[in-house]
Amino acid sequence: MKKRWISLYVENDIGVLARISGLFSGKSYNLNSLTVGTTEDETISRMTISLTSDDKTFEQVKKQLNRSIEVIKVIDFTDVAVHRKEIMFIKVKNCTFQDMTELFRMAQIFNLKVIDYNKTTALMESINTEKINNDFVRLFANAFSNRIEIVRGGSVGIEAIN
Amino acid sequence: MQITGSELFVKALKKEKVDTLFAYPGGQVIDLFNALYGQKEMEVILPRHEQGLVHAADGYARSTGKVGVCLVTSGPGATNLVTGIATANYDSVPLVCFTGQVPTGLIGNDAFQEVDIVGITRSICKYAVTVRRREDLGMIIKKAFYIAKTGKPGVVLVDLPKDIQKALGSDSYPDKIDIRGYKPNTSVHNGQMKKAIGILNKAQRPVFLIGGGVNIAHANQEMLELAELTNVPVITTIMGKGVIPTTHKLYVGNIGIHGSFAANSAISECDVLFSIGTRFNDRITGKAGTFANNATIIHVDVDPASISRTIDVDIPIVSDAKKAIFALLEKATTLNTDEWLKKIENWKKQYPVEMKSQYMTPQNIILAINQIFKKAVITTDVGQNQLWATQFLELNEHKQMLTSGGLGTMGYGFPAAIGAKLGNPQKDVIVISGDGGIQMNIQELATAIVYELPIIICILNNGYLGNVRQWQELFFDKRYSSTCMRYRKCCDTTCNSPNKECPEYTPDFIKLAQSFGAKGIRVTKTNDIIPALQKAKENRKSPTIIEFIIEREANVMPIVPPGNALNDMILESEETAK
Ligand SMILES: Cc1ncc(C[n+]2csc(CCOP(=O)(O)OP(=O)(O)O)c2C)c(N)n1
Ligand SMILES: [Mg+2]
Repeated sequence: MKKRWISLYVENDIGVLARISGLFSGKSYNLNSLTVGTTEDETISRMTISLTSDDKTFEQVKKQLNRSIEVIKVIDFTDVAVHRKEIMFIKVKNCTFQDMTELFRMAQIFNLKVIDYNKTTALMESINTEKINNDFVRLFANAFSNRIEIVRGGSVGIEAIN
Repeated sequence: MQITGSELFVKALKKEKVDTLFAYPGGQVIDLFNALYGQKEMEVILPRHEQGLVHAADGYARSTGKVGVCLVTSGPGATNLVTGIATANYDSVPLVCFTGQVPTGLIGNDAFQEVDIVGITRSICKYAVTVRRREDLGMIIKKAFYIAKTGKPGVVLVDLPKDIQKALGSDSYPDKIDIRGYKPNTSVHNGQMKKAIGILNKAQRPVFLIGGGVNIAHANQEMLELAELTNVPVITTIMGKGVIPTTHKLYVGNIGIHGSFAANSAISECDVLFSIGTRFNDRITGKAGTFANNATIIHVDVDPASISRTIDVDIPIVSDAKKAIFALLEKATTLNTDEWLKKIENWKKQYPVEMKSQYMTPQNIILAINQIFKKAVITTDVGQNQLWATQFLELNEHKQMLTSGGLGTMGYGFPAAIGAKLGNPQKDVIVISGDGGIQMNIQELATAIVYELPIIICILNNGYLGNVRQWQELFFDKRYSSTCMRYRKCCDTTCNSPNKECPEYTPDFIKLAQSFGAKGIRVTKTNDIIPALQKAKENRKSPTIIEFIIEREANVMPIVPPGNALNDMILESEETAK
């Protein structure tokens, strides 16, 4: 079992997302995240998909995706050089003055942007790899247990130039 | 010129050379039916149920090689297609199904007879789409036919909202279409093919394992040449049966859980397994990890996703079956397989597929069908009747069998025969069905009557959902749970065997036939089989039901019990073994 990445070019039509996600659920593939957005050509969308599977299942996933009429191109991003980033929001609530100081200190050390706050609540933005974001979730969950709210966007990826 | 969507729809079907349309009307397709009214190029067939309709289109497609075309209304009309769509798609049958839909402005409003049929069928068809703009209509219909019949054929569903049917727009219908995400493979990989031929030429105990793909590609003649050129024995899946004549000396039999001992043994002992057009479905492989353990496996299939899925393949070749066989014919040589063929012949003699009984057996019935009908399409339903048909039917270039292999849909056989007869009026069309399955689409008798289709419906009546009962007998201690078709309220619910006091069967199939205006014949003795079939054959105007009263607990043998390797079979019933 291994974590895999796929970049997918699809027709930008109604129902295509349902078709792709339905393929994963219908065939019991283990989907971790899926992001989608339009490309420079607005008739085409590009998805970044991550899943966990063994080699054989992964071959099937690629073949099944390729087989879909709406899929234009399947690229395996697992072992190629790509830039991959995920946006994540961390909101910390019910903070005391002391909590707030601690929170701002953490944000500074870890390079997180505080994008909104009031006396008791702060909102930070993290644009990092999925792995680093996982670390931040753990860190903030420990420091401010039961007071955090997390929204993650899922990774997007693009081939590296060098 | 500006024409309505409905007019363009009719024009498109004509351009696609559709000669038979299977259609059932309703509110959201009334404009389309209006446009069809009075035209002469297409015959519009009105079955009695949309499930019967789609199976008929399927039988038409399988028996003619053309695309089967369906038109039904929205909501219940569309949902009634679902089983038939899955049935056809699973067996790679090209269908284009048009469904009416509420006007685009109402979609999502839970309008009257609105269902999301594209969403419902997404995972059971090759492609499904709603037409959202009148200007896309022609292109989408063109695309639908192209996708349905190319590559690995399948079902395409086109959902047509009512406002699109009414809207005026261009009358042009494209001649060609380019779909950037769909480029069916058209060539054979030379390097892989060379390797495969190299291995085949060195084989001591080779077999060809042929699936439905070769029948779909209409490569039967070429396959026969290839077998004869190489001297390699041919084993088929149920869907591949008939690819070479079943009486040919190189034909071994079917593989699978109800395959022949010889075929399953040959697969287990071969050193090269050259398979074409099968997806190695679990019904044919037996226990995982034991399949063809001694063999180098070569696998040709149009669908890359079918390769190395259930069985690890040594040489995968993505190709249309016919192209691959052509390539093989160029390079393959004659092998010395005499010893191997002798061994297979011995297996065949040792454990032939046959039914021993003092009563009339399904084997007697099917052998009589073989004898009487020379140019025929034979459809089967699902269950024991189907398995016996796949064991005993003789097939060749003049006799084709249609069966629901992938989905195993009860109720398929009879409506499929209606489509087959419409597509092949000069051939005899025979249905082999069970007493359970025939009742699932019996309403289509009316269709056969009104279109004067002299189909011969052979009901093998054992008074049981026999296939399930057999499993209950063999693996569930004879606990006949909900499988007796003669059960009535007065019966003991733990009854586990038939006896003289069993209540009468209902319906009375003879009276049922007569009530529709069909002929009905009941046969109880072996000697009456042939006269009954002959009488049915002479009836040229209406369908004939022949009800064969067969032994209630006859079993399909041999069988590979669940979890066993292919050659580890139960060979005969206890009764006959005694
Ligand atoms: C639509 C559908 N429902 C249920 C089944 C499960 N099933 C497979 S064979 C069978 C028994 C069929 O009985 P019958 O039609 O009398 O044929 P027999 O096996 O007795 O020849 C059943 C219930 C099925 N294949 N299809
Ligand atoms: Mg029965």
